[in-house]
Amino acid sequence: MIVFKNVSKRYPDGYVALNNIDLTVDSGEMVFLTGHSGAGKSTLLKLISAIERPTSGTIAISGQNIARLKLGAIPYLRRKIGFIFQDHKLLFDRNAFNNVLLPLQISSFDSKTVASRVRAALDKVGLLKKEKSMPIALSGGERQRLCIARAIVHRPNILIADEPTGNLDLEYARDIMALFTSFNQVGVTVLIATHDASLLEDTQHRILLLKQGKLAV
Amino acid sequence: MIRAWLTQHGFVLFLTLKRLISTPLTTLFSIIVMGIALSMPTGIYVFMKNLQSVTGEAANSPQMSLFLRKEINNEDIAKIKWNLEHNANIVSLQFVSKDAALQQLQQSNGLTDITSNLQHNPLPDAFVIHTTQNTSDKLEQLRAEIQNWPEVEHVQFDSAWLERLNALLKLGRFVVLMLAAILSVAIIAIMFNTIRLQILTKHDEIEISKLIGATDSFIRRPFLYFGTIQGLASGASAWFIVTFSIELINKEAVAFTHLYGIDLYLQHLSPHDSISLIAFSALLGWLGARLSVASHLWQIEPQ
Repeated sequence: MIVFKNVSKRYPDGYVALNNIDLTVDSGEMVFLTGHSGAGKSTLLKLISAIERPTSGTIAISGQNIARLKLGAIPYLRRKIGFIFQDHKLLFDRNAFNNVLLPLQISSFDSKTVASRVRAALDKVGLLKKEKSMPIALSGGERQRLCIARAIVHRPNILIADEPTGNLDLEYARDIMALFTSFNQVGVTVLIATHDASLLEDTQHRILLLKQGKLAV
Repeated sequence: MIRAWLTQHGFVLFLTLKRLISTPLTTLFSIIVMGIALSMPTGIYVFMKNLQSVTGEAANSPQMSLFLRKEINNEDIAKIKWNLEHNANIVSLQFVSKDAALQQLQQSNGLTDITSNLQHNPLPDAFVIHTTQNTSDKLEQLRAEIQNWPEVEHVQFDSAWLERLNALLKLGRFVVLMLAAILSVAIIAIMFNTIRLQILTKHDEIEISKLIGATDSFIRRPFLYFGTIQGLASGASAWFIVTFSIELINKEAVAFTHLYGIDLYLQHLSPHDSISLIAFSALLGWLGARLSVASHLWQIEPQ
């Protein structure tokens, strides 16, 4: 469960990205976060994984206050979350398999099960046959899916995606959305930020609208 | 848990070795540069050790010569011998009678003519003693004590020689320490810079690892391994440089020492010193890497 209480984020230059946000996302829920660019979507997602810290207010994830988290505890918070980045953040010096392997190397892993877990994640996103490909040789949609495979390989409880369909064709975008729905169906909490209105047309999930740092109801 | 931890460290070790081998020339030259730097103080240290072992005996149990008065008889000699034997400061003694001394002199090269022309033996009876005292103050005290005995004409002891040697060895040790300190700083600096460059080229990997939950120690680990292994290899290369040099010098020295009829060759580094050298070098590499990581990693924070 993710709970925001009176959360504000003001940057040192005075720009207010988020203004007094109150928000609750239940365990196992799938939620869309939408709004124009600059409305504060990315900031909100970054607060959840402690990439940014709020100026005021509290953020609780499974009862733990993220706003006051010690530096040493941040890595362990991030291991509970799968993050899909807007710019993918893939490593171009290693192949698809090794990109997906990284989260398992970071959290002490048992070498026997590792390879099968990486392949399961790659299979889930339909990239099993490309495990030896370097990211440079993958298309935009494939890179996005590789990023998703890396986010789910350590089986996080929470999945956060920042503009996951950014530059993709509608057909690819729908595939990706179907993937997220399937993760949600096995109990993963999913939070997706998007400004792509076409994705939201026929969804039954909750849609949150951010306007100038405030939640519009 | 322990197995996972071992696996992880084994994996980092494997990656580090792979990284070192992937740039063989760079690695080789860094190791050689650092090895040469370390071999200088080590070389001087070995030389000093050898000097000490050659002169060590003399320095540790100094020798004094007691020349007795001409007019004394055998009884007096026995009394002196008894006195010397019961002095706690004296380890060993040897009586050299005037006849024996003359005989020895006659056997010395080039002196036969002179000694055969002598009407009577001008040499006195003498004792050669070795003492446990090795500070010049105590030696002087002992010398003065013996000098006071009525049967003793003269006590000869060159304490200035011992003092000079000790001062020289002390200076040598100081030079070794100073060189070692300066070059250690140089090695730390070299490693600091090497790791700084690595961190720069690994910027993306570090940032992404942090984003997906890597702890600081996880991110530090490969750099620390790199520093330690390179330090270890540099220590080993310093060891080879010194050992090889000693081997060469010994080969050349054979001809020289034969001419003078002495058997003199340089001892190699002891196993204890060899291990210390390599461990110290590894420590320097680790320290350089640790400092570099501490001052550069925090700059890479995910945005």
